[in-house]
Amino acid sequence: MPGVDPPGNAPNNAMSLRERIRNAQMFKSIFRHARPVDHKNRVLVVISNLVLHLHPTAVKEHAMRMRFTWCMGGITFFLFLVETITGVLLMFYYRPTLFWAYNDMLGLRDVVSLGVLREIHRWGAHAMVITVMLHMYRVFLTGSYKSPREFNWVVGVLLLLLTFLLSFTGYLLPWDQLSVWAVTVGANMAEAAPFVGAQGPGHQLLSPGGSEMITSGSDAKFAILGNSEVSEETLNRFYVLHCVAIPLLAAVLMALHFWRVRKDGGISGPL
Amino acid sequence: MNPSPHDDGKRPLLSRRAAIVAVLCSPAKLGCAALAAVAGLWTLAAGRMMLNNMPVQSARRFKVGFPTDYPDGYVETKYKETHGIWLVNGRYAGRQEIFALSTVCTHLGCITTWQQRGEEFKCPCHGSAFHKDGMNFEGPAPRPLPRYAIRIAEDGQLEVDRGRTFQQQLGQWSDPDSYVAVQS
Repeated sequence: MPGVDPPGNAPNNAMSLRERIRNAQMFKSIFRHARPVDHKNRVLVVISNLVLHLHPTAVKEHAMRMRFTWCMGGITFFLFLVETITGVLLMFYYRPTLFWAYNDMLGLRDVVSLGVLREIHRWGAHAMVITVMLHMYRVFLTGSYKSPREFNWVVGVLLLLLTFLLSFTGYLLPWDQLSVWAVTVGANMAEAAPFVGAQGPGHQLLSPGGSEMITSGSDAKFAILGNSEVSEETLNRFYVLHCVAIPLLAAVLMALHFWRVRKDGGISGPL
Repeated sequence: MNPSPHDDGKRPLLSRRAAIVAVLCSPAKLGCAALAAVAGLWTLAAGRMMLNNMPVQSARRFKVGFPTDYPDGYVETKYKETHGIWLVNGRYAGRQEIFALSTVCTHLGCITTWQQRGEEFKCPCHGSAFHKDGMNFEGPAPRPLPRYAIRIAEDGQLEVDRGRTFQQQLGQWSDPDSYVAVQS
């Protein structure tokens, strides 16, 4: 097999150190292919690798049209990864309680080494909202939502909503004045929503058998806040949504979003 | 397919028997039906779990002292932080009354502050202002501050019940449960 067997005339040992490592049992258990000196092994390098096999073995030329795509979708995904990694690191120094939230944010800013990651996380969030909207704008201008790609546009809109929800839930976590009142205003909007809001129109219609289902203690606002007003329960709830629930949902939808692009022939393929 | 016993000559599109048979006729359809049922139940369960049975809240009904603690024109501010109410002895509709106003601005939900100098409740967020009786007169607030139910309890103290609100613009401030009449 090329790249594995020892060369014919080696000076000292039958195999050099490099080849001994290359032929060792542990190495062959990790890397299941030979050196990529022929086409078969070049393909094997990609498809036998967990991360690389998500890419196609050949990249089509039209996928490289940066003037067409602005690369905004890719940049948005990159920012999502940045947010995930910085977010996880921030979780080591942030406690979502009334007593600690604001102080921990100040601690990250002023005391924790490389606590500038807290700022990078915040700026990344703003940037991600901008890039996702530019991506949406680009897809619209290039007509890339047209048949058969209509449903992928729908998935994209859902991802846009999830991006906004991530921003909204994350905004509460520093627990400063902006946080509390922004969430208060948003929750009051939920209270005024049709059908699911206790102060909105139509909530009496959801009364099976005469028992009122939507009251001020059981409407959408109460479910979001975990209380009648923004409180410690809200902080905990938003923390879980921001760090676990919405990212998981976004990951699932992104997988669907990228898979559909691939199945439709790759990014910026002709219609 | 047999006609159902109650049809009037017309074959129903799908009788109950046919529906059950259609679902059970294959393991795949049964599995899908089971998955759909479980997914539906989980969604309902998750929705119910989101409604908190144990929110940390101050008491809904609470006592706030005797009517004699509230002289004419007095505005009590000490229950603002703990219970979210202003207690006012003021005039409305020709009556001298003690009533409990909500501290929440009717514009977007910020908490108002009592300005002793200008005798008004002022909202710091967008500048809405309310007179001592709760009527809005300035800024973007669309309606007056709501009142909470108030009564004299058995021991003679005033008792506020935040479970009932009274909106002025619906004429509810003439409801005797929304105020305690006092001599002026």
